[in-house]
Amino acid sequence: MNYQELIKQTALADDRFVVMTAENRAVIRDLPAVLGHRFIDTGITEQTMIGMAAGLALRGRIPVCHALATFLIYRAYEFVRTDVGIAHLPVKLSSWIAGFLSDGNGPTHQAIEDVALMRGIPGMTVFCPADEQDMLAMLPEIWASPHPAYVRLNIRPSVIKHEPFKTGKAETISEGKDVTLLVYGMLFEQAFKAKEILEEQGLEVGLVNLRSLKPVDEETILKVAANSKLLVTIEDHFLTGGLYSIIAEIFLKNRTTANVLPFALNERWFRPGLLSEVLNYEGFTGPQIAAKISATLKEQNGVAAKPALLTANN
Amino acid sequence: MTANKLKELKDRALKVREHIIRLSTDGGSFTGASLSCADLIVFLYSGFLNISKEKLNDPDRDFLLLSKGHDVPALYGMFVELGWMEKSRLDNHLKASDHIYWHPNRNIPGIEFHSGSLGHLPAVSLGIAMDCRIRGGQNRVIVITGDGELDEGSVWETLHVASAYKMNNFTLVVDRNHFQANMRTEDLIPLEPLEDKFKAFGCEVRRINGHDFEQLEETFFQLPFSNHKPSVIIADTMRGKGLPSIQERADRWFCNFTNDEVDSLLKELHGENETILTSETLIVR
Repeated sequence: MNYQELIKQTALADDRFVVMTAENRAVIRDLPAVLGHRFIDTGITEQTMIGMAAGLALRGRIPVCHALATFLIYRAYEFVRTDVGIAHLPVKLSSWIAGFLSDGNGPTHQAIEDVALMRGIPGMTVFCPADEQDMLAMLPEIWASPHPAYVRLNIRPSVIKHEPFKTGKAETISEGKDVTLLVYGMLFEQAFKAKEILEEQGLEVGLVNLRSLKPVDEETILKVAANSKLLVTIEDHFLTGGLYSIIAEIFLKNRTTANVLPFALNERWFRPGLLSEVLNYEGFTGPQIAAKISATLKEQNGVAAKPALLTANN
Repeated sequence: MTANKLKELKDRALKVREHIIRLSTDGGSFTGASLSCADLIVFLYSGFLNISKEKLNDPDRDFLLLSKGHDVPALYGMFVELGWMEKSRLDNHLKASDHIYWHPNRNIPGIEFHSGSLGHLPAVSLGIAMDCRIRGGQNRVIVITGDGELDEGSVWETLHVASAYKMNNFTLVVDRNHFQANMRTEDLIPLEPLEDKFKAFGCEVRRINGHDFEQLEETFFQLPFSNHKPSVIIADTMRGKGLPSIQERADRWFCNFTNDEVDSLLKELHGENETILTSETLIVR
């Protein structure tokens, strides 16, 4: 099973589904022949595609829209907000190469404010699968929901076998009293490596795959915050508006706090290159994450909650 | 068109214009742009479109979307005349307890989709037209845009796509009242030669007088103009049509008349003297 096979089966089983693309066919190449009129390629016209998707959804269709993340939701942002958001239509946005996955494309293609922008739209749901298997576990429920949805597509190979998915629930891989890593999307693999390294050092390490950023699993976040000396947020997103902001909001709402070490992009785009180069240059490989966590834990040395460390990842 | 039908349409248009004028006080409305498309809307809902309040769930009905949403007073006026909306409901204009404000809200039965942000509804309409095609329906989908709205690139983007897919069930109607908010279109971003532009985008185009019911009938009943192209109708109109005191006045875009002015404008509409307007001009909304 892969993305194309899943969307094909879904659309063949339910003729409400329409597959749309603004000329990005990377993961849906074979569908025109299978879906006929229900495959609509609008050319390089993200605004028109989203507006049309709203029109189709108004008539009871479930459009699944494809384009590179930056164009799908930034070029067409006002169409997503105004046509899909205000009307609360079940338009499903499948974004390609979000976050670090744009590797060598450069800042024009770096969707690293997508979570912030999408979760800011009332009623919009936001999902970031860890890898292909995680994504395939998540999509059926996301597509079946009556809500608009934004999904960071991710077809990278899996490092673990994932649990079944439930909207608004995170996947807790492990719990640990020394440190808990909160991660979403393709950086799950690096977080998993960091966890293994830290465990070799004798630490008890928690790892949570967020999956659903909106709605977010507040209960799990509060639980691991209470049970770990250090929380680490790991995201290929600006520090503003993503997971770090989400947990800050949760803590404020619940009148609590934690020691938080954020891995994110603070007020800057990342240096383009092959993905492995990007991860290494930006300090997001498993060993780099582990090293920084180790150092932070030593420095922290059991000190109770204090203001978050904003200087990480520079 | 029979003389009776013509009289019926003209009487209806006067009624709709009266509603527009009455909606242009206590907070105001985009009066001029509503008046320019009033005849168009009256024509479309008086026997052309296959739409009725009872048939909104009929899969075979037609669709009319107002992309220049600020002319919604014309549509609400028409809904009252059709008996789709209680006349007294217009008194709720700008009351937060109802949904009647400066732009359309689809909680009002008959409103297909909200608008207000220009350049959106051509695409939304094309999506509806695409659904009709997938179903194999004969529905007609008509979207009314302003002329100033044609500044928005998304309108042209959508026409490109509509042409590519040979959407003969899709018609874009331009309320060509020759003004955008503050000035004549040709003095800011000139649009002419407009027919040539639409033709170049693969559309079959007709240009008519948007206040002439006979021309409207003759033209609309020819739709689709081509079996393999989207249709475009440029309806030349006049901003503020029916009220000489605001007609084609650049400073009368958004109007918030006094009650006395409303009384006088209603008489002016029926042929009496021009109103001396003292209310504020160039209101920004």
